[in-house]
Amino acid sequence: MAETAKLLGTKGSPYSHRAEVALRLKEANFEFLHEDLAHKSDMLLRYNPIHKKIPVLVHGEKSIVESLIVVEYVDEAFDGYAILPSDPYERAMARFWARYIDEKVIPAFWMSCWTDGEMQKGFIAQAKETLTTLEGQLKGKKFFGGDSIGFVDLAAGMVAFWFGILQEVAGINLLNEEDYPVLCRWADDYCSIEPVKESLLDRKLLVAHFASKKEKIFATKAPVYD
Amino acid sequence: MASEKGVMLLDFWVSPFGQRARIALAEKGVQYEYKEENLTEKSELLLKANPVHKKIPVLIHDGKPVCESLIIVEYINEVWSDKAPLMPSDPYQKAQARFWADFVDKKVYDCGSRLWKLKGEEQQAAKKEMIEILQLLEAQLGDKKYFGGDSFGFVDVAFVPFTSWFYSYETCANFSVEGVAPKIAQWAKRCMERESVAKTLYDPKKVYEFVCFLKKKFGVE
Repeated sequence: MAETAKLLGTKGSPYSHRAEVALRLKEANFEFLHEDLAHKSDMLLRYNPIHKKIPVLVHGEKSIVESLIVVEYVDEAFDGYAILPSDPYERAMARFWARYIDEKVIPAFWMSCWTDGEMQKGFIAQAKETLTTLEGQLKGKKFFGGDSIGFVDLAAGMVAFWFGILQEVAGINLLNEEDYPVLCRWADDYCSIEPVKESLLDRKLLVAHFASKKEKIFATKAPVYD
Repeated sequence: MASEKGVMLLDFWVSPFGQRARIALAEKGVQYEYKEENLTEKSELLLKANPVHKKIPVLIHDGKPVCESLIIVEYINEVWSDKAPLMPSDPYQKAQARFWADFVDKKVYDCGSRLWKLKGEEQQAAKKEMIEILQLLEAQLGDKKYFGGDSFGFVDVAFVPFTSWFYSYETCANFSVEGVAPKIAQWAKRCMERESVAKTLYDPKKVYEFVCFLKKKFGVE
């Protein structure tokens, strides 16, 4: 389909990031439509009535939602760069680790940032375990995808760029070179890839954004948009 | 696990997640060895095959483990691609199938568990949510034979195991699936006409016995 795709997203969202990088890797024609998540557009609500979240990829008149589903769609609908491997077993592994990032790595880290006391200690212990497990998957490879970035690298974008920012704002030091040398090296390499760089906001801006919302996020344990 | 040739499934009889794998294997006509796990005393094999989550189902194919039920179903579909395609070939239709299977994953089991675990207002809230979930799924099914259209597909495999839990949900929370989502009830009956489903799902009354056992175990009145 030569038609220009539209990506509804925000630069501040690691989920939107996954979809954007996928499109850039494919050198797809797309338009990035910035959503104000405090005032969701009619378009967003029309194309994602069930979850009302970004990213939403609109391709032709069709909409695709849920970041990892969008990435798989982009991989299949557009020619060029292979985001997922072709071997069924390797694909199953990629899907497994992407899901692990979503269900275990991200929630543990997020909650480590926005809790305190005994609760925080518990989440930090979980976060450390999940980061160790994730780092183990790099075992001698440059990227999770091998020599070039793939599905799991995109899924782990939040780890590469956002984790450092969140922990700085929260005042904790979980992901550091001393404890996770391989993961930190991967993070630098990932963020240096051109399509990834093009999709990332200036770090200072993102730090300022989260710092300004810190108290509200701490209170709700959820991202805050207004 | 030695690199033994063949297919093995580590599973637990009543698990709807395990049943997804069993149904997919049956649809594809794959011969496999079924191993029932004691979830209170997990086997060495399970702990080795799924060290991250230590959960069933795990498919072990030629010695290599695949975990997470929907990932297993996609794997089965991709490896045994010569028969009974469970996914459409069009990327957009695939994305739709993945979305709805993911919706079932995120919503049905959790909400269903709350129906039998909770009482009073909390149970009423769960009941309201379950009705909404069933009606959303019904709208998605529409007048199609299956969620996959004319052919039994990914979303059907993802959701059908939960149909044997309907009786438990209805009994615990006092409502009727047929009453709130008649097309879903009819779809469930159609699925039971398929050998893969009929031979995999347990009688709803047996599932209810299991739910009662769980309720006792968790101290729910």
